[in-house]
Amino acid sequence: MNYEVVIGLEVHVQLTTRTKIFCGCSTAFGQPPNSQTCPVCLGLPGALPVLNYQAVEYAIRTGLATNCSIAPQSVFARKNYFYPDLPKGYQISQFELPTCRHGWLDIEGEWGVKRIGITRIHMEEDAGKLVHGEAPGSSQSSFVDLNRAGTPLLEVVSEPDLRSADEAVAYLKKLHQIVVYLGVCDGNMEEGSFRCDANVSLRPVGQQEFGTRAEIKNVNSFRFVKQAIEYEIERQADVLDAGGKVVQETRLFDAQTGMTRSMRGKEEAHDYRYFPDPDLVPLEIDAAWIEAERAQLPELPDARRQRYQAELGLSAYDAEVLTAERAMAEYFEAGVALLPTQPKAVANWVMGDLTRKLNDSGQTLAESPVTPELLTGMLRLIEAGTISGKIAKTVFDEMWATGHEAARIVEEKGLVQVSDTGAIEAIVDEVLAAGAAQVEQYRGGNEKVFGFFVGQVMKASKGKANPALVNELLKRKLSGE
Amino acid sequence: MSLFELTLQDLRTGLDRREFSSAEATRAFLDRIAATDPQLNAFITVCAEQALAEAAAADRRLAAGDAAPLTGIPLAMKDIFNTAGVRTTCASKILADYVSPYDATAFARVKAQGAVLLGKVNMDEFAMGSSNENSAFGAVRNPWDTACVPGGSSGGSAACVAARQAPAALGTDTGGSIRQPAAHCGVVGLKPTYGRVSRFGVIAYASSLDQVGPVTIDVRDCALLLQAIAGHDPLDSTSVDTPVPDYAAALRTGLEGVRIGLPKEYFGEGLDTDVRRAVEQAVATCRDLGAEIREVSLPHTGYAVACYYLIATAEASSNLARYDSVRFGHRTAAAGNLIETYSRSRDEGFGAEVKRRIMLGTYALSSGYYDAYYLKAQKVRTLIRQDFLDAFETVDVILGPVAPTPAFRLNEKTADPLQMYLSDIFTIPVNLAGTCALSLPCGFSGSGLPIGLQLIGKPFAESDLLHVAYAFEQATEWHKRRAAI
Repeated sequence: MNYEVVIGLEVHVQLTTRTKIFCGCSTAFGQPPNSQTCPVCLGLPGALPVLNYQAVEYAIRTGLATNCSIAPQSVFARKNYFYPDLPKGYQISQFELPTCRHGWLDIEGEWGVKRIGITRIHMEEDAGKLVHGEAPGSSQSSFVDLNRAGTPLLEVVSEPDLRSADEAVAYLKKLHQIVVYLGVCDGNMEEGSFRCDANVSLRPVGQQEFGTRAEIKNVNSFRFVKQAIEYEIERQADVLDAGGKVVQETRLFDAQTGMTRSMRGKEEAHDYRYFPDPDLVPLEIDAAWIEAERAQLPELPDARRQRYQAELGLSAYDAEVLTAERAMAEYFEAGVALLPTQPKAVANWVMGDLTRKLNDSGQTLAESPVTPELLTGMLRLIEAGTISGKIAKTVFDEMWATGHEAARIVEEKGLVQVSDTGAIEAIVDEVLAAGAAQVEQYRGGNEKVFGFFVGQVMKASKGKANPALVNELLKRKLSGE
Repeated sequence: MSLFELTLQDLRTGLDRREFSSAEATRAFLDRIAATDPQLNAFITVCAEQALAEAAAADRRLAAGDAAPLTGIPLAMKDIFNTAGVRTTCASKILADYVSPYDATAFARVKAQGAVLLGKVNMDEFAMGSSNENSAFGAVRNPWDTACVPGGSSGGSAACVAARQAPAALGTDTGGSIRQPAAHCGVVGLKPTYGRVSRFGVIAYASSLDQVGPVTIDVRDCALLLQAIAGHDPLDSTSVDTPVPDYAAALRTGLEGVRIGLPKEYFGEGLDTDVRRAVEQAVATCRDLGAEIREVSLPHTGYAVACYYLIATAEASSNLARYDSVRFGHRTAAAGNLIETYSRSRDEGFGAEVKRRIMLGTYALSSGYYDAYYLKAQKVRTLIRQDFLDAFETVDVILGPVAPTPAFRLNEKTADPLQMYLSDIFTIPVNLAGTCALSLPCGFSGSGLPIGLQLIGKPFAESDLLHVAYAFEQATEWHKRRAAI
């Protein structure tokens, strides 16, 4: 049978606040177990939570960036369940009154542009971590590390608007891009800073009501999300085709096998007994606060992309690449600000040589020895005809290595372009004399050998000959002076 | 007069005049505890050595001329307050050996003034009870008649002050847990307005109802101790940042211009005749002092107990989830897996009443029952609060009994939880409304048991209560009678 796939995603976004959501403990990753804890995040008797307002600021910004409305009053609720990594026996979350609601994101792909609804974004605290049997001779033991307990999270819940694994991945990438752009999340999926649960169901094409869904837990890369959803679609289709029924359950994705397996069924589902946390007062967010956060928002990737095309004349592809990361977009814009006449040249160098160098060295843009000032300084030399594009590659490498200005490198290394017709003509003559056979070929109609002559001239001039002059002189001389 | 017979104010005066040292006073109370506690069982932990060291430090501070109002004053703390280095049991087996790494704010404040911690006093386990019979450390006896209960849950706090084992104590009041034992033991107990005193470090029973307050010999001491603990605490989001008045300034005689309301619902059937007589006599005294007496109505009073036992138990079921034996507290010796570890540790660690309330609260919050129980109870709570706000439109203070009867006998009500719950019928509405109320002695029953008078004030109007209570106290002799022990 033909099925329509229905997917909704719940994404956990770990916020980059310096301290935890309800106490003053550090959120730094990778510290010795339980070294970043206090009576509050240990859940000791009598300890009380106090809300970290930076987490609220980040929630508001995320809500605004995803077109949500910000609730004037939201309420923290307790989600009750027992687990050793949950110190209080409940997680402080939001239930009936989340901070952000009714948002959306547009995703683009082979399906065109599609609007995906965001049901809600709520704030909550993370749990701790269990470490099983890592101490010597204690394979039967489990250890509790509560450093992570109380780390602020946003849970972003989408509407069941996604219709394929590819759409799901596009949505995730978009959301990931936004939270990283906002600086509210470091986006590190391996460390779990951005993780996703997927609700997947199938229904016969044309049917209105949703099929029974399975929830796939904690998939921590874009590739795994695609794999997990595709596997799940196939599994459910097989069940339905065989006349069976999909069971409502929670399933775990196994990255080793690429399959999902049942974790717990509906009958084992928790009754979380949510109720408003009496230790916290309702969170009031007024219009002035919302506007203050709106003022903190950077220009988001979609708006930037459109502006690059409309105002800077870049191609859709270039605009996409340059806006993918906020740091690159900001680097590019700094370059354009310094050299407003040449956005395309700045774009080419940022996307080309600069990106290559960064990839090779594993450095970030912030660490790049070639600053927008250095890069545009070099582009000015090209514009002025002082160096050729080819020489510029050498200059760029030298700038990367030394951090020196292009002009200084050009001068020290004697890389100034030769535009002296007489000097170039002498070289051209030498090359033509040495390549009599190729001259014959060219004149016999094989114009491909023209490139050979250009190469020879450039080589003989150590790359400094003005390429336009070389072309002109060669053409004239080969066509019989 | 022995040192242990002095009020907090007298101790202050004596210390300031160097009539005795804090060490001498502390020694007197420790001796009194040693002499009387085998009969009363008011203390779970006595901090003899540490108390004498603190007293010596307080004496040095006094000598240096650096005394605060509580410097050198011995105090007892209900064993629900976290006290760094001194075990905090909450009268439960599950915390029998628990030592907190930090101080509760209310305790930290009296400690910072140089108060001396005599010890941690007994209570109903996790503050759940009205008789102090629900303690893993044994029942507390009433100093006026050891066959009777002292009331609960702050039974130890009230009994130790009544028996002069301590000049004052701090307790907590969730549904009457300061006022009812204060009434049964013939001492003064105040439940401040919710948010007036920090709850930080107080082991939670029902977070939206719990409030810290003083238990003292007389009203002046009540004002003195309240002054020390009241005020905003950034560590408690529900503590309120409003200015703390000078409570001593409220201690005025005469009640001219004060409008006192008598809620008709508090004088209906089921009110013990001795209690009714004593309270009516108190009304007459207030009238004689110049107060205007009016009848008021609190129409939703009858729903308060039911409402309380949904909200309080719901919150408790969640608050007590942290006692899972993973990080602290009693852990069973016999468990093969995680679930067994949880269930057996909790089964062995919690007493019957605590388990009953956890189950009630879990049920009230369960999917499918939430709206009918918890949510409905919250709506009723709003109505009850509105009852008080309406009444306060026409009166300044509401007056009534604290409890329907004087102290009952041990085991008299243990078999019937509902009867036990009804002993808090006049105190519970105040917690639901979030306002303040004070209990003070207003007479004795035919069998010589103390009877308490309850004064209920507007939110954050503790000064009104202290004024009326002080004027009444000055006009009567009830607070001067001492338990025989």
